[in-house]
Order: sequence, then structure tokens, then C-alpha cells
Amino acid sequence: MLHISQNLSHDIFSKSVPTAALRDGYGEGLLEAGQNSQVVVLTADVEESTRTHTFHTLYPDRFIEMGVSEQNMASVAAGLAVSGKIPYINAYAVFSPGRNWEQIRTTIAYNNANVKIAGHHAGISTGADGATHQAIEDVALMRAMPNMMVLTPCDAIEARKMTVQAALINKPIYIRLQREKTPILTTKETPCTIGKSEVFWMPKSKKYSVVLFAMGPMVYQALLAARELEKLSIAAVVVRVGTIKPFDEKTTIEWLKKAGAAVTIEDHTIYGGLGSVVSEVAARSCPTPIEMVGVADVFGQSGTAHQLYKAYHLEVDDIVRAAKKAIKRV
Amino acid sequence: MYLSHKHIKQLYGIANHLREDVITMLEKAGSGHSAGSLGMADIFAGLYFGVLNHNPKKPLWSDRDRVVLSNGHICPVQYAALARAGYFPLKELETLRDFKSRLQGHPHRESLPGIETTSGPLGSGLSQGIGIALAGRMDHKKYQTYVILSDGEHDEGQTWEAVLLAGKLKLNSLTAIIDRNNIQIDGFTEDVLPLGSLHEKYEAFGWHVIDVDGHNIEDFINATYEAKAVYEKPTAIIAHTIPGKGVSFMERSYAWHGAPPSKEQARAALRELRTLGGKIRGENE
Repeated sequence: MLHISQNLSHDIFSKSVPTAALRDGYGEGLLEAGQNSQVVVLTADVEESTRTHTFHTLYPDRFIEMGVSEQNMASVAAGLAVSGKIPYINAYAVFSPGRNWEQIRTTIAYNNANVKIAGHHAGISTGADGATHQAIEDVALMRAMPNMMVLTPCDAIEARKMTVQAALINKPIYIRLQREKTPILTTKETPCTIGKSEVFWMPKSKKYSVVLFAMGPMVYQALLAARELEKLSIAAVVVRVGTIKPFDEKTTIEWLKKAGAAVTIEDHTIYGGLGSVVSEVAARSCPTPIEMVGVADVFGQSGTAHQLYKAYHLEVDDIVRAAKKAIKRV
Repeated sequence: MYLSHKHIKQLYGIANHLREDVITMLEKAGSGHSAGSLGMADIFAGLYFGVLNHNPKKPLWSDRDRVVLSNGHICPVQYAALARAGYFPLKELETLRDFKSRLQGHPHRESLPGIETTSGPLGSGLSQGIGIALAGRMDHKKYQTYVILSDGEHDEGQTWEAVLLAGKLKLNSLTAIIDRNNIQIDGFTEDVLPLGSLHEKYEAFGWHVIDVDGHNIEDFINATYEAKAVYEKPTAIIAHTIPGKGVSFMERSYAWHGAPPSKEQARAALRELRTLGGKIRGENE
């Protein structure tokens, strides 16, 4: 069942579960963060689709339209940040941090400049635009970089909270966002502490068989899978990973030990993302059978998010299968 | 600010000291970039000792003029200028490129006072300078932002993204100083990837452009005054320099772009610098 102390939404399992896009939550968060007059917003010719247009209307003097120049945007933001500003830079994740990775590395991360990088339209769920616009490597790119923090909100509400909190942390931060509307899982009262993973589903039986670590909106799929597993009398725990870096090793180790088998679930390549970070912790601290549900080293293609999740094995059934497989390996 | 004849003469003396520092540092480090560092010594002497509104004892003073070195590989001459201006002890110049030194092979913002941004990977300095100048405009500050670029880094697409943006923003508090020495690692710029007229290109992007002899300190300083007087436009000062300037066997040769002098070569170079090319007697002769 849903973990009571998390104050999650009661509608999660209803057919008419309310949905909203992470980018909408982000846009609202920007308005709240923008009450601090040091916050400035930059966009690379994607103002409306990155939900920065409302900020633009409200704070025109603190909005900078860069044109299609993600590399320039990263370094201009670095210059603003070393001069006391708190810039949020906005583009699709394939271009930022994809195209401008080295500018982010040198002028933001190594400079230790207080820049927030919003990677929009991340994941294969970006859909119809096709593989060119589906960032499936962004977390790996950002995680490998010293000084950089990596946030992966699971719904629009969490995206809003993290966007606001990011302004209060004087460090480079990457925030991964998705385009499509996804179920609202959390409420205003759900804990959202950067650097802390949370248990969202606790099985009825305390004889834990498997722990499901999920990142981003895939947390929803993990919850559905945990419910299915319960029907099969398999006690699964769901851990929502909202911060990939710094990673909550303590919670991870606790549940790897308690469950003895694990599945990682991400709309991202299985190389370098959530699957990797959990495996690294397991290898160092408590070797555990782990199965990875994610994009398996292939590019996506055009289609709806639903069609693509089916084709690339990111559905609830795939998670259930992976959980059984991991348990069998114990 | 009016610069007296005496002051100008002193600046040439400082430039010569910067060249000596560069040779000594590079020879000791055993690696690094000679040609650009020597070629820009007059500009650095003019900038740090004739132009900048700064206080080496308060490197983070909020109204200071900012210097961004985009072509970070010529940092030996900037380190020498910073040390001689009083940002850190002159003795520390010996540690260039050493393990645990604050004088990293390419400049790092958090390592050394006076370094505003991290640079080295070419093409990102002008963008960072725009950010710094823009923050100053937002905060109603009066400081000027100087970005030093090489001609070779105009091969980088990012440089042109930045040139476009500064033109759009009419950033008059931004001055780009371009080292037009016509060389890069693989050869002459016009052979490697022809740049043509940087003057016309910058003008076409909405900049005010001034060409100067990069070894005429007075002309360079006057150009910075002109840049400050121009409203509604950023200014590019194209400084035509001779790579390796001051050391005859290094001048105009791209082979010295990324090479340091040997012990023998350093001795010969210092002799030449200390005797002003044989015109005076060196102090040790």
C-alpha cells in the first residue's frame, strides 16, 4: 500500500488520476523562485515549450532570449552566476546538456557557478519528435561531472518544489523534466528533500522480496507494478529516487539489504543512469541481484509515449517480469 | 585619464618585465605557450597598469573592471601581470603548472585571485564576459568588462553565437580585445581556416571596431577610452600583434605557439630582452 507518512495522492490508482506535465510544475516553480530578484531565466528559442513565458511576462528585465545557441547560453549563465545572479537555463535536454556539455563542464561545473540547468523533453516519452529529440543519456552526462547535482522530480508538484529549492542551493544543479502529462503522485505535504530518497510503497507483508527503485514519472509505473506484485503475493517496496546526485546511499543500502533483490526503473539508457548508480552502491556495500528496466542501449523512434514504452519494455509488465527474475537470482 | 610620456615609458618597461617573466616561467615549467604570451605583453601592461579600475588588494571589490581571458593558454602573461600588479607574490610565478600550484596550466576561477572565470577550452570567454557585463547592467554597476580572445578561437561557433548576442544586447560595457597574430597551432590562420576581415565581420554583427598596433601601448589605451565612449554598442579592439614579440627567434613563427623555450633558448631570449635587443648593456654583462 501507499506509504502513509508520504501523504501521497489518493487518486493514484483511479482511472481518472489527475495528470500534469513536469514542465508545468517547473514553470510555476520559476515564478516562486523569481520572487528573489537575483533569479534570471534564459531560453534558447523555446520559451513557451519550456514554460518560461509566464516568468517573461512577470519579470521582463530578468528574462534573456538567447536564440538557438545552447553553448552560448551555458557560458553566459556562468558569467551571470559568477556576478551574483541565479540563472536558470532552458532548452531540450538533447541540446542542453547534450550539445553544450563541455561549456557546462568548464564554465559552470569547474567554475562552480550557481547555474540551474533545466533539461526539458527528456526521455523516450518525448515521443513524436523522434530519437533526435529524445534525451536518454542526460543523467549519465551530468552525473559524471564533479560539482554537479542531479534532480529527477517524479511529478509536476515535485518539479515545482525542486525548482524552488534549487535557487536556495549555491551550486550547479541539473533538473530533468519531461514533456508529456504524467500522473500526479504527490501532494503539497509529501516530503521532498534534495538528497533523500523516499519509500512510496510499503507492502502489507514485512517479508520483503524485492525493492523497486524508480526515477522521474516512472515512479508511477513502479507503484502499479508493486500493486500487481502484491496480487501475486510478492512483497515489493518502491523507493522514489528524486536526487541522483548526491545519491542517498543510506536509504539505498537499507532497502537492498532488507529486500535482497532489486529492480531499477528509468526512462533513460541503462548505462550511466539510475541502474548504474544503484549498482555502484550495491557493488561497494551490499552485492545484490539487480535487474534494470530502462532503454537498452538503442535509440528511440517516433510514436506516442505509450507505444514507445511498450516497444522499449518500460511498462508495468516489464517491471513485474524483472522483479521475478531478480528474486529468482537470489 | 591622461597618460604622461613618462607613464607610457614605464608601461613599456613593465611589458618587457612581463616577457622576461613569461620566458622564465615557461622554461621552468617545461611546457606552455610562448608565442601568444609574448605577443600580448604590451596589451597586458597597458590593460593592468594603464586602463583597469581595480584594486589588487581587494580582488573581489564589486565595482572592479573585469578581465576575462578567453584564450586561457596565454595565461603566463596574465599571471605575470597579476603578480606584478600585486595580486599575489612575484615568487609564486615559479610554480606555473606545478602540482598543487595556484597557477594552473589554464586559469581556474577558484584557484587564484584576479581570475574571473575558468578558461582554456576555446570559444567560451566572450559568452562569460557577456554574462558578467549583463549582470553589471542589471545591477546598475559602472564596471567595464574586457574579454581577451585569440584570432584562432574565432574558428569556434560559440564565439559567433556570443558576437551575435552582444550586438543584440547593445552591451556597451563590454570590450573585446582580439589578439590578431595570424597564427594557431597547425599554421597560419588564413591557411588553417581563413578568418578574412574580422573588422568587417564584427561590424556586420553590430559592434564598434577599432584596429590598433598591439605593440603601441598608447594607441591601445586610447582605443579603450574610445570603447568606453561608444554608447549602444559593444566594442572590438583588434590588436595586431607579432607572435613571440621581443624574442627574435620566436617572432612570427607558429612553431612557438604551444612550445616552451629550452634552457639555452631561455638564456638567449632573456639576454635579448634585458639588453633591449642589444641596444643597451644587460645588468649582468
